[in-house]
Amino acid sequence: MHTTGQILNGSEIFFECLRRENVEYIFGYPGGSLLKVYETLHDVEDIRHILVRHEQGATHMAEGYARATGKPGVVLVTSGPGATNTVTGIANAYMDSSPIVVFTGQVPSSLIGNDAFQEADIVGITRPITKHNFLVKDVKELAITIRKAFYLATTGRPGPVVVDMPKDVLAATCAFEWPETVEIRGFKPTFKCHKNQIEKAAHKIAKAKRPLLYVGGGVITAEASEELRTLAIKYNIPVTMTLQGLGSFPGNHPLSMGMLGMHGTYWANQAVNNCDLLIAVGARFDDRVTGKIDAFATQAYKIHNDIDPTNVDKNIKVDLPVVGDSKDFLASLLEEMPEKTEDREPWLADIQKWRKKCPLSYTIEPDSLKTEFVIEEVSKQTAGNAVVVTDVGQHQMWTTQFYTFLNPRSIISSGGLGTMGYGLPAAIGAAFGVTDRPIILFCGDGGFMMNIQELVTAVYSRIPIKIFLINNSYLGMVRQWQELFHKEKYSFTDLGDSNPDFVKLAEAFGCKALMADNPENAKEAIKIALDYNEGPVLVDCRVVRKDMVFPMVPAGGAISDMLLARLNPKTMV
Amino acid sequence: MKHIISVLVENRFGSLNRVAAMFSARGFNLESISIGETEDPEISRMTIVTRGDDQIINQVLKQLNRLIDTIKVTDLTRQPHVERELLLMTLKLSKTTQHEIFELINVFKGKVVDIKQKSITIEVIGSPDKINTSIDIFKPYGIKELARSGVVAIHRGE
Repeated sequence: MHTTGQILNGSEIFFECLRRENVEYIFGYPGGSLLKVYETLHDVEDIRHILVRHEQGATHMAEGYARATGKPGVVLVTSGPGATNTVTGIANAYMDSSPIVVFTGQVPSSLIGNDAFQEADIVGITRPITKHNFLVKDVKELAITIRKAFYLATTGRPGPVVVDMPKDVLAATCAFEWPETVEIRGFKPTFKCHKNQIEKAAHKIAKAKRPLLYVGGGVITAEASEELRTLAIKYNIPVTMTLQGLGSFPGNHPLSMGMLGMHGTYWANQAVNNCDLLIAVGARFDDRVTGKIDAFATQAYKIHNDIDPTNVDKNIKVDLPVVGDSKDFLASLLEEMPEKTEDREPWLADIQKWRKKCPLSYTIEPDSLKTEFVIEEVSKQTAGNAVVVTDVGQHQMWTTQFYTFLNPRSIISSGGLGTMGYGLPAAIGAAFGVTDRPIILFCGDGGFMMNIQELVTAVYSRIPIKIFLINNSYLGMVRQWQELFHKEKYSFTDLGDSNPDFVKLAEAFGCKALMADNPENAKEAIKIALDYNEGPVLVDCRVVRKDMVFPMVPAGGAISDMLLARLNPKTMV
Repeated sequence: MKHIISVLVENRFGSLNRVAAMFSARGFNLESISIGETEDPEISRMTIVTRGDDQIINQVLKQLNRLIDTIKVTDLTRQPHVERELLLMTLKLSKTTQHEIFELINVFKGKVVDIKQKSITIEVIGSPDKINTSIDIFKPYGIKELARSGVVAIHRGE
């Protein structure tokens, strides 16, 4: 620990600032521009550096850590290719509003702009995918810039921030100053919701006959699950959640409608179509949620709470915008709500009818394995208490349908950007942050190969993640669209001939591996995996190859018109 | 509809790029943008001319506000304001046309900033409408080159 006023070099200042920001882990990879930093790091004992095997992995790990804990994730990479490799992870964190701070080395100031070795204009490259970014030009600016970076990443709507640090700045010295407070005149997020708007909203909620809460990741960021639960239960309002909102309301409660949108439940989408009041909380009317805009919740008066005013009236015109923190919104509503509200029993009875008409279901056959079975079985064996990380595709949508999420910060999934390869590193990052709950990864065979190198990171850190490889040897979701909408032209989606033997592959990494191909041995493998805590374990689940996720809203279609089953049953072999 | 938006930003490298990049990333129309230091050397004023319906303009204003380097965003279109643009234009000059050209410069309250044997460079200041008109009127005499500053605008005083 250094004191203020002490003469330090840039690298020492860097670690001192991280210490003061209570950073526990850095996900990083060394390189030429960072040699001074890694020299200093050699003697740093109170911050743990996790060596990744590709910089993209570091950004996803930082995001997994951030989503699991609510604390900012920290990345440290070198200039040029080290920095450009972080781009996908930064874009992912931007789309899903995750607080990460990415520190990039940069060539010496005197060489910037000269096409120097390992130079890339990472500030320019990441400008549209960061909440903000900085190039530090003077060692005296380093501490205040790091302070601002953490403040911006975690305050208001969270997001990624990049700090670019030239090699000479990291070696230069100055007296260390730590600003206790930080003031940015162009950044003043609104936390407190406007009282008039709250009063109007409370009045509308009390009068509504068919209200519906539509809840997104903002409720989890704001830690407002308690308030949400109270409001929904006390006033008998059903709750549907986005991918990022799952877990904010317990999935086993009768008022829980599951997810809405493209692969949401039939009854949630019917409820959106028929509600007379839609209360959107910390959600952004994403196109995967709304489907065709003109046909979305046409009968509803729409209330929209979000901390980011740009989300209001962006995709959908709303009747009552309430800008502010979702916790403040829900807590203030609870104070304003009158005792008496309209009777909601007829509305809940309607929903029950839709639920019965088209429940989520699948068939179990003794000699083949369904993804739905694996997910549901993991849900049962973990009692809904796990942190569940997914990759992107069919298994991701099935996870939303068949894992029963009971608590906030239970699902970590790439929603906005839809990044294949996100799952494995995100699960590792989550496991560093959360050690008292099992960390489950559901990952397709396509996405698993995209960041397979991070299995090394899990093995050498003995991270006990449980990997359920949903292996259909297809890019299943793309295949599904090819079957449904592209004349069954299965271009480049069959990985059957080219996939490796995943059990052998995992074992080569030093990872325990099992195989399952029917319900019986899957059940057993899940049990073994959940009991194994010496390091990562992979279960190669050889699932039915050509299964499809239903129900489904075709892209651009109205969410009232869901495809409920396969059009041509013959294609299911 | 056309909107004139005045934006106070931190006078730092990259501020202009952040604004311009936001417009292109979100597909907003950007008709002109001009920037200069204000009375406070740490702050620059940008004047942006854009087009869009109310929904789009609302998003433009909110997205501008969302940038960390922006300090204040004002849609001047909805308020009393003055807008000006500067035109610099070099025209062909001959004995037969010079009389008419000088008359027209007077009509537009323009100035001669440079004159050579076969060319004349003039400046005209005014609203974008006036600048457009003057370009139309001078066109038949042969425009060799022209440069427009883009609009700068400010609130009318109290």
